Amino acid sequence: MIVELGHLALVLAFALAVVQSIVPIWGTFSGDRRLMATADTSSLGILFFVTVSFGALMWSYAVSDFSVVNVWQNSHSQMPFLFKLTGTWGNHEGSMLLWVFILALFAAAVSLFGSALPPSLRANVQAVQAWLLATFLLFILLTSNPFARQPAALEGQDLNPILQDIGLAIHPPMLYLGYVGFSITFAFAIAALIDGKIDSAWARWVRPWTFIAWTFLTAGISMGSYWAYYELGWGGWWFWDPVENASFLPWLSGTALLHSALVMEKRDALKIWTVLLAILTFSLSLLGTFLVRSGVLTSVHTFASDPTRGLFILAILSGFVGGALFLFVLRSSRLEAGGLFAPVSREGALVFNNLILSASAATVLIGTLYPVVYEAFTDAKISVGAPFYNLTFGLVMIPLLIAVPFGPLLAWKRGDLLGISQRLMFALLAAILAVILTGAFTEKGQWLAPLGIGLAVWLMVGSFAEVFQRSGFRKTTFAIATRRMAGLPRSVWATALAHCGIGVTLLGIVSVTAFETETITVLKPSESVVVGEFTLRHEGYASRTADNYSERSARISIFKNGEIVAVGTPSKRFFPARQMPTSEASIHTFGFSQLYLALGDVEGDGDVTLRIWWKPLILLIWLGTVIMVIAGAVSLSDRRLRIGAPARRKKTRKQKSESASHA
Amino acid sequence: MLKRIATCCLFVLLLLPTAPAFVAATATATAAAAETRLSPQMEARAKVLFLQLRCVVCQNQSIGDSDADVARDLREIVREQMLAGKSDDDIRNFLVARYGEFILLKPVFAWHTAVLWLTPVLLLLVGGVLAWRVTSRSPKSTSSAMLSREDEDELQEILRQHRN
Repeated sequence: MIVELGHLALVLAFALAVVQSIVPIWGTFSGDRRLMATADTSSLGILFFVTVSFGALMWSYAVSDFSVVNVWQNSHSQMPFLFKLTGTWGNHEGSMLLWVFILALFAAAVSLFGSALPPSLRANVQAVQAWLLATFLLFILLTSNPFARQPAALEGQDLNPILQDIGLAIHPPMLYLGYVGFSITFAFAIAALIDGKIDSAWARWVRPWTFIAWTFLTAGISMGSYWAYYELGWGGWWFWDPVENASFLPWLSGTALLHSALVMEKRDALKIWTVLLAILTFSLSLLGTFLVRSGVLTSVHTFASDPTRGLFILAILSGFVGGALFLFVLRSSRLEAGGLFAPVSREGALVFNNLILSASAATVLIGTLYPVVYEAFTDAKISVGAPFYNLTFGLVMIPLLIAVPFGPLLAWKRGDLLGISQRLMFALLAAILAVILTGAFTEKGQWLAPLGIGLAVWLMVGSFAEVFQRSGFRKTTFAIATRRMAGLPRSVWATALAHCGIGVTLLGIVSVTAFETETITVLKPSESVVVGEFTLRHEGYASRTADNYSERSARISIFKNGEIVAVGTPSKRFFPARQMPTSEASIHTFGFSQLYLALGDVEGDGDVTLRIWWKPLILLIWLGTVIMVIAGAVSLSDRRLRIGAPARRKKTRKQKSESASHA
Repeated sequence: MLKRIATCCLFVLLLLPTAPAFVAATATATAAAAETRLSPQMEARAKVLFLQLRCVVCQNQSIGDSDADVARDLREIVREQMLAGKSDDDIRNFLVARYGEFILLKPVFAWHTAVLWLTPVLLLLVGGVLAWRVTSRSPKSTSSAMLSREDEDELQEILRQHRN
């Protein structure tokens, strides 16, 4: 009953979405405000029905209703409850429903928070969102119905063991909030093109929403990377896997969009480019969905490949992307370009940022698609893997990384490069010091690692130059400067933190790439191996059986300076329902570095093969992204950017309390 | 909020002196017992090669990263060839003749991959020229009276104090 209700709700949501696709935009053309306003109600209705539908699916997972094909295929009655719930989106149908649920959430957000928007802009935006909703709801109903029934089965076929992890609870929702979050900026871009004008309300709105999507996407990608690192069991944290690239592409163009929207908001320049980027960013999200869902690329993310689904998503993709770009070519000339600036200026720096980010996105895009297209045309297979990306993407990004600290210091319109260079002297000195120090401890000939670390330090220290300078530490007393530092706009802090985060991540990447060690060894019981400053002793070997898997693990004591500091149990699991083995690495954190133990083969008399990695400063890779996410939150908390904040200037709470204390 | 930011600054400063500490660990890559042992220099050279070769049955993994049987066999082939005195290029060519170009994670630069390799370069060039033309359209129109940002902040500070 509940299952059928979920199905019905999905149909109703689709019907409402079709209505919202037509009525509000009809209103803007005929100038009828009542027609425009219907979208406010219908989008809430859509959200309601999609929520009911999603809840119904989740319920059937929670109670392990194996008369539902989708639940039977992807769940097991003996799984922990959390994994039963998260299994809802650990499959094609469910994850598409989550996708649409988040789309509906963002559509409702425009209705709820958009009361300050010009009515015609709001109606057009809501109509575009409804087009997306209707299309994807139709896709689910026609090709990926999660509510299909079958004669009830006794036991389910289990969830893919790799997905039986807390990561599945966080990674997909975060990632989708990011992916789908860019649908708002897309809808705004299309609405602007339909209207033929972009005003300040447009820019004020687009930037915070870009920030929200970007922040979630950053968190989602980072989470996915850490998940792959600990779950796949061979210590890699980024594989340039096509599916990872599919999530990285919208991040790159989204980051570019973030910066160009800044220019547009502050200086009224780069309008056309910003609109194009908004279209491209969401197009890349759609492309990612297509690549992952169609089965064109095979990976752990591809739950099932079905040609009809592939064709359907390809049609959606070409319809929206093609349509949007066509509209862009047709109408973009009507948007006025404004705001002139010199090459060396804040605007110029942001153009440079956009140039590099776009080029790097194109590099990743072509690397991802080339093998697929090449095989389609020639029937021969080639690989494009990590060495290609490391070389090309790395080379393209380096100039941007060097330039990052300069950007925020440059003045709008025309900047003074020489004066700024002087302000970055301190960062330069720190970077040089880091290069020398690292160089002294590295083997000769390894010049790349010290330079990489120097670049990371340059980024981390240089990012705070603006904070330092605007607080006036050189001009006034320390007390006044500190007070001024606290009063700086949050956006200044957000910029500094985000850029610093990139430096922290880079430091982790360089350090792991250059200084990681790998030891593969066979240990008899009570035998030891020395890895760097650690000694690892094999204490024994055990087997056990859990609810839905069996496990074999080795016990490894880890000693440092003769004292035991940790006990590791790297293990291998076997999931009988899927006949699938997984490797559970044992990871031990020391500061920001980690010792990573993976179990290999086990010989008859208890000899275990161990792969041991020392990963120096690896946690910085993710810590940097956490700093970036915090930066996103700080920026969103800036009063001037807060969604729905009235344009009229009000006293901030801080000023109020200050004046209160004076009175 | 501020406390968090302060912690972050502190963290950056603290990090600087630790830079050399982790460098001390030296690279030690030992092959598993079942695999041929090479001299450290040769093993280091082999490792670089391993990371450029695809484990042909795996999901986008190099033979250096995978513990699949095929990957182990391929590693052994590479080591044997190295012991026979073959150069890196020889080994790559040998493997390509056997498994096709699919085995190279970094595609060769040739006519059939020119688009792949040159697109980034071309985009940077074309984009760079376009960006330059946009930004230098009217270099003289930037003489409005604006305060420098330090002055602006100082002004805000003074105004705030005045208001209180």
